[in-house]
Amino acid sequence: MNRRFTWFNATSLTLGFAFLYLPILILIIFSFNESKLVTVWAGFSTKWYASVFNNTAFLDAALVTLKVGVISSTIATVLGTMSGYVMVRGGRFRGRTLFSGMIYAPLVMPEVITGLSLLLLFISIGMDRGVFTIVLAHATFSMCYVSVVVSSRLVSFDRSLEEAALDLGCTPFDAFRSVTLPIIAPAVISGWLLAFTLSLDDLVIASFTSGPSSTTLPMKIFSQVRLGVSPEINALSTLLIGIVSIGVISASLVTKRSAVRRRAQEQQAVGGAA
Amino acid sequence: MRRLFLIGVPYLWLLALFLVPFGIVLKIALSDTALAIPPYTPTLDLAAGWAGFKDFLSQLDFENFVWLTEDDLYWRAYLSSVKIAAISTFIALLVAYPIAYGMACAPEEWRPTLMMLVILPFWTSFLIRVYSWIGILSTEGFLNQFLLWTGLISQPLVIMNTDWAVYIGIVYTYLPFMILPIYATLEKLDGSLLEAAEDLGCSRLQAFWLVTLPLSRPGVIAGCFLVFIPAVGEFVIPSILGGSRTLMIGKVLWDEFFANRDWPVASAVAVILLLILVIPIVLFQRQQQRQQEADA
Repeated sequence: MNRRFTWFNATSLTLGFAFLYLPILILIIFSFNESKLVTVWAGFSTKWYASVFNNTAFLDAALVTLKVGVISSTIATVLGTMSGYVMVRGGRFRGRTLFSGMIYAPLVMPEVITGLSLLLLFISIGMDRGVFTIVLAHATFSMCYVSVVVSSRLVSFDRSLEEAALDLGCTPFDAFRSVTLPIIAPAVISGWLLAFTLSLDDLVIASFTSGPSSTTLPMKIFSQVRLGVSPEINALSTLLIGIVSIGVISASLVTKRSAVRRRAQEQQAVGGAA
Repeated sequence: MRRLFLIGVPYLWLLALFLVPFGIVLKIALSDTALAIPPYTPTLDLAAGWAGFKDFLSQLDFENFVWLTEDDLYWRAYLSSVKIAAISTFIALLVAYPIAYGMACAPEEWRPTLMMLVILPFWTSFLIRVYSWIGILSTEGFLNQFLLWTGLISQPLVIMNTDWAVYIGIVYTYLPFMILPIYATLEKLDGSLLEAAEDLGCSRLQAFWLVTLPLSRPGVIAGCFLVFIPAVGEFVIPSILGGSRTLMIGKVLWDEFFANRDWPVASAVAVILLLILVIPIVLFQRQQQRQQEADA
């Protein structure tokens, strides 16, 4: 749509983005506040960051969260890539409707239900709850997100490339490894990142499926937040926001650069042929 | 063989960790509360074979569901969840539409950056974004400080721990889900239609009302579903920003499970929540399918 960009548009964008970003900005600013009162500015200080790093309960929880995040998102990426491939290239098979239903349903399922049902499963088979059960739970719901990301990439690329590889004597596995995988790699990477942030972020499902010795960071933050605002939580949140923003921005730079490089190579190839 | 492996592994995983757990929820919803661990009877005894299964079936009953209809806490919680989700969805639509419209009118080279700015908050922790509103909405919070300073109010507003705080929390956290689908339809909109409308004597406002708004309907509908469906089952926002009188079914389920340890009732609440959500989910998928067919 090409319309004149009016004052009305500029105002609504400014107000809209202020609404989206001001709360986070205030939180970050007040993590450097000297005072324990979180709404009154009393001078610059980094003491709340020191107290975060000296708080072993936070550090333990961060370690559990990181472990769960890395393992579960890796499992989710493998399973999600497989199921995304099956959804797009798998053709017909028995129970395909059920399969796609099970892929899409977790995306809209309320977390309380997913958490409750997994907990009841773990209890009824007598599995001890801990890091392992959180990993299973997180891998299950995030594989569906990975699958959606990967299959949308697969839909958009030309199938004849794979067929050419097969005609030239590749085994299906070789064709997947040397043709399909490089093409869908950006989707697989962003799928992993998505799964990882979903796992870092999850409070409800982790609360249901964790055991006594496996408190994740969101669970820890939630139990503190219920007691009220604290500058220590502001500092911890600022650290988390910083880490995630660096991750997201560098990931988008990497994919942008690889896209630019690929375009340059394609142009060279076209130039060489002419 | 390889194909079987490729299909089989994710299939079995989802069967075991998605479908089977639902069967268990349904089973426990039809069981009796007991004070043992696990706190429900009967448990399905697979070792007893067919007789055990028959025995198990004969002990199932619907009394948890009857209980849900008798205690009006659950009715009110279901109704109030739907009400809170609907009101928040409506406010989100009012807030998101001008933003999406502004993005679609913006010069083309700005649009990727604007998109990025809308998506970025989605990557930061949901919990932290909800938490950041406590400091703003509380009685001595930034909003009240600001309003008192401007002289608009003389008494601090009580927003924190009311339904209003929950509306604000839901609108804030789900806003990108409303902006993006609306922006997607507005961006595709053919500008010459608007020129035609204005050539034929429409004012800008009339052209917007008669052309832009109707054509952006698919995006509006998609956005509303994307906000409404997760908002109904929301737990984090009402438990952090809402008060003791804010009733939402996700919170009731949580309390039933963790505080009252009544697993059968918690499971029955989950089953009914799912039944309530099935209607909008099916409607949403049909709308998406129609949209895809229309685009193709």
